[in-house]
Amino acid sequence: MKYKVTHKTTYTYGETVPVCHNQVYLAPREFKHQSCRTHRLSIKPTPTVSESRDDYFGNETCFFSVEESHRRLSVTAISRVDVRTPPPPDPSKTPAWEAIVQDILGPATSARIGIRQFAFPSPSIHWFPELETYTRESFSPGRPILEATIELMSRIYTEFKYDPTVTTVQTPVDEVFRLRHGVCQDFAHLMIASLRSIGLAARYVSGYLRTIPPPGEKKLVGADATHAWLAVYCGGRLWIGVDPTNNCIVGDDHITLAWGRDYTDVCPIKGVYVGSSIQNLTVAVDVVPLAATS
Amino acid sequence: MNSVPTDDLPAPMPLFTGYRPPPEGYDEAFQNSGAPRPHWQSFLQSLDAIGRPELSRRRDEAFRQLKETGITFQPSGDLEATARPWELDPIPLVIDANNWQSLSAGLQQRARLLNLILTDMYGKQRLLNRGLLPPSLIFLHPGFQRACYRHQPIDDRYLYFYSAELARFPDGTWKVTGDRTEAPSGAGYALENRIAMSRMFPNLIHDCHVERLASYFLAVRETLQKLAPRYKDNPRVVLLSQGAHRISFLEDAYLARYLGYTLVQGGDLAVRSNRVMLKTLGGLLPVEVILRRVDAIDCDPLELRGDSTLGVIGLLQAVRSKNVVLANAFGSGILESPIFLPYLPRLCRELLSEDLLLPSVDTWWCGDTNALPYVLDHLSELEIRPAFRQGNQDVYFGDELSSSDLARVRGLIEQHPDQYVAQALKSPSSLPVWGSDHFDAWPMMLRTYLVASHDSYTVMPGGLTRTSPQGNRLGLSIAEGQRSKDTWVLTENPVDTVSLLQPPGQMIELRRSGAELPSRVADNLYWLGRKVERIDGAARLLRTVLIRLTGDADSRNVPELPMLLRSLAELGHIEPGFAIQGIKEPLPAIEKILPSSIFDENEVTSLRSMIVSAHLATALVRDRISLDSWRIIHDLEQRFRKPTRMGDSLLSDILALLNDLILNVASFSGMVMESMTRTLGWRFLDIGRRLERALYTVNLLRNAVIVIGEKESALLDTILEVADSSMTYRTRYLANFQVAPVIDLLLTDETNPRSVAFQLAVLNDHIDHLPRDQIQPLRQLEQRLIMSALHSVRMADVVVLSEMHKEGERDYLDRLLTRIATMLPTLSDAISHRYLIHAGAPRQLTRIRQTK
Repeated sequence: MKYKVTHKTTYTYGETVPVCHNQVYLAPREFKHQSCRTHRLSIKPTPTVSESRDDYFGNETCFFSVEESHRRLSVTAISRVDVRTPPPPDPSKTPAWEAIVQDILGPATSARIGIRQFAFPSPSIHWFPELETYTRESFSPGRPILEATIELMSRIYTEFKYDPTVTTVQTPVDEVFRLRHGVCQDFAHLMIASLRSIGLAARYVSGYLRTIPPPGEKKLVGADATHAWLAVYCGGRLWIGVDPTNNCIVGDDHITLAWGRDYTDVCPIKGVYVGSSIQNLTVAVDVVPLAATS
Repeated sequence: MNSVPTDDLPAPMPLFTGYRPPPEGYDEAFQNSGAPRPHWQSFLQSLDAIGRPELSRRRDEAFRQLKETGITFQPSGDLEATARPWELDPIPLVIDANNWQSLSAGLQQRARLLNLILTDMYGKQRLLNRGLLPPSLIFLHPGFQRACYRHQPIDDRYLYFYSAELARFPDGTWKVTGDRTEAPSGAGYALENRIAMSRMFPNLIHDCHVERLASYFLAVRETLQKLAPRYKDNPRVVLLSQGAHRISFLEDAYLARYLGYTLVQGGDLAVRSNRVMLKTLGGLLPVEVILRRVDAIDCDPLELRGDSTLGVIGLLQAVRSKNVVLANAFGSGILESPIFLPYLPRLCRELLSEDLLLPSVDTWWCGDTNALPYVLDHLSELEIRPAFRQGNQDVYFGDELSSSDLARVRGLIEQHPDQYVAQALKSPSSLPVWGSDHFDAWPMMLRTYLVASHDSYTVMPGGLTRTSPQGNRLGLSIAEGQRSKDTWVLTENPVDTVSLLQPPGQMIELRRSGAELPSRVADNLYWLGRKVERIDGAARLLRTVLIRLTGDADSRNVPELPMLLRSLAELGHIEPGFAIQGIKEPLPAIEKILPSSIFDENEVTSLRSMIVSAHLATALVRDRISLDSWRIIHDLEQRFRKPTRMGDSLLSDILALLNDLILNVASFSGMVMESMTRTLGWRFLDIGRRLERALYTVNLLRNAVIVIGEKESALLDTILEVADSSMTYRTRYLANFQVAPVIDLLLTDETNPRSVAFQLAVLNDHIDHLPRDQIQPLRQLEQRLIMSALHSVRMADVVVLSEMHKEGERDYLDRLLTRIATMLPTLSDAISHRYLIHAGAPRQLTRIRQTK
């Protein structure tokens, strides 16, 4: 599936700001199931420095500095992406989850270390006995990993309420677990913590979701938003994306920007400046599917 | 030593009679037989010859000097925990040349090894991928900075400064008890100890062939200079300090001064076009090398800890762009955790194909399934500490735990084995420590210092020795321990006489320091000037009041008292009620409340608080003012305290203190005039003083002269006294007090250094000399403000000013004074805005939640 994604973020400050340094993760990641045809980052005012590099996890990140006085900073990323996520395997045919745990703990190889790093706690992800108990209700002994994962995802989807007013960008996993409310970021963190609590490897994925308007309605431009889900390691170098916010296995509707241990590794835009507080912030994301021929 | 030296031994030394080190341990100075170790022989004999009374005298003298001029001091304000952590003990640790040589080789090898581990960890990660390091060591480690991955420092060097904490075990071998790889501290204290010891034993230190420490500092300078990406001949190197409120600040200031680097805090630096710049009065100047004394995690609020105010926004990217070099590089601190110790022998063979020369104290990581059973079986013989953290929190000593505590610690380990390491309990060597009439044997630890140099490391020939009666519990923080000692490394060769002060054979480039003054330092000097002058004004006013109160007359009949009280209230020294007729009656008598309000440290406007605050302000600029100036302020702060004895004489005691205070302030001002070079720093200090004095005199005149009638000569006399101009007035007009000449002397007479006009003229001159863009066609705000004020005073007609108007007030005078009184704070803001305040606190762009 091919897409054109436009992601525009605008900050307006109370007073002019002389300098702002920023780091963004806005370039769609290249990997086996996705290629990024074009990617352009347009920043206003024009930055004096703008440098891209690959980060520790292999994501492309861009650093830029705006060094002229400005009251408004806009960052627009326009990308054309080709997503080819294969259909997931038959969940009942996937290996028992304990076998995957054993595999992760096996003798060190470069590939195994690359997987194992996602089995540890990370800045936003810690677990606790209640969460492990909660997880084991789905991960009964010998159960195929994907089957158990799908059940855990469905439980989170039904038992937790989507509500942007209850949590914040910093709400820890144990609070989300207690509150039973949250947004996609919280659900992704919670489910990653669950999977890691029993020894599995899971990574946080930041990206976009193509939204399909209700029948008969026209899709609104800019109505999309950034999204987050997770991928769980299922053996044989296979990571399967699951989206607890929408209770689905990740397919061609999910466009990947970057992955890391949790949100803090791949925050789409961060910046530090000196000056007055932000007056206004707008984010507009537009995901447009392109005809197969274009 | 089991017995005192006996006759068959070479030289009996009465001084050490009764010295009894623990028989099962290793004593640095004496062998088990009681004979001194050969390399201590000549030092101990010389000490013996000096004798206890003389030793005692020299020790006291050294203490006095350390207290006055040393790195640290004991302020009574909010500079927390800045006191020198330990006393200097007059007996050094003496190490012979052979022993030091093998120790040095071991330390150098260890530094090279740790550097290779860092290079691998932040680069190809072969150790991890080949199973030579357990993944938990890295992935569980909060100090593993992924942002530093592959940022490839120059020459594959992460570790420029390395420090090892050493203890000698009963068999005489040295072992490392902890590695310091983030930003090792204490080298400044080692240097300070040496300087104090050289004063104590000027000849002895020479006769014993003690190696000098300067070679280490010279290597520091050479290495950092070579690191500079640009301007290699004369690169700008800064020492990035955590700031004045951290324990390390004074050592940082000391080292910066000794090494000739600019001492900066995060706020003094800014990143522009990916380069690190120093904010100075003359503009932004490029920085090439940063000697980092701030933990990596705090260094860049963009990529590392977001709420830190100690760092520089965008620093990490500037490092990646190779526009600046940090020593140590980001990420080096991870190796401080004890968890790496068990793996070093194996890694050494792997990376260097050598055996590890200098062993670590035996350490087991509980996350290692082979080690865990041993640890649990031997818990009472081990020291349990957090695996990833350094420091002394949550450390358990197995030999002092009750059985229930042992069970609890066992539970902790079993629950999270990978979070703990176990170490063999230490029983470090002992050495003689000065006691009032004998020497004690206290256990000791030695911290050594290394700096990268060419393709290896240079070891400081010496180090910081700490000792404490509970030495086997001596932790790894240098703040621990009761005493510190100098460390003497003996050499058979002639002592190298290198010194940092004069590079051999090199003509020093002549310089006049100028615009390269960090804005923050200028700001500190400016406020120091204001604070000192404010003390002077307040002290003079209070003195005048106290003279009236201690005089014969009933205080209620002194006509000038209401005016004085009004001025005191305005400056915040007493409650405003005292200044208002009709309210003051129900208040307690002024003589009762004055003493406590002068010394009230909780009231920010009290004289005592002002002194404390000036003392702190002086501490912040200690590297910019002379030692004598510092002594004056320090002494003044120590002495201006509430007299302990109470009663009738209290007011006169305070009066005496005030007289001293005024003299002290005068000598400080004299020092500033006579011994500070006329740099911008001096100008800012003087701008602060002049501005404050002008404000003070204007307020005094407003309070008094506007409503004064012609006949009230007592009031005029008082004003002259407060403004320190009585002498001049009497010389000119004898005792004939009139308003016009008083106004002239205090307001318009530019020859009187106490007049408003004098302050304004000096301010005008200073402001003219501040750096500014020469091409600017128009005058800047601060120039216009001062010129306008000076002009209005110069144009004023004193006779007109002294005219009374219908309301019984001098309207013209009032208008002129009000104008100046409003202009001065605006001028202060204008100067601050242009020169002093470059930055506010960094803010994070609001993080956008992924919500959909």
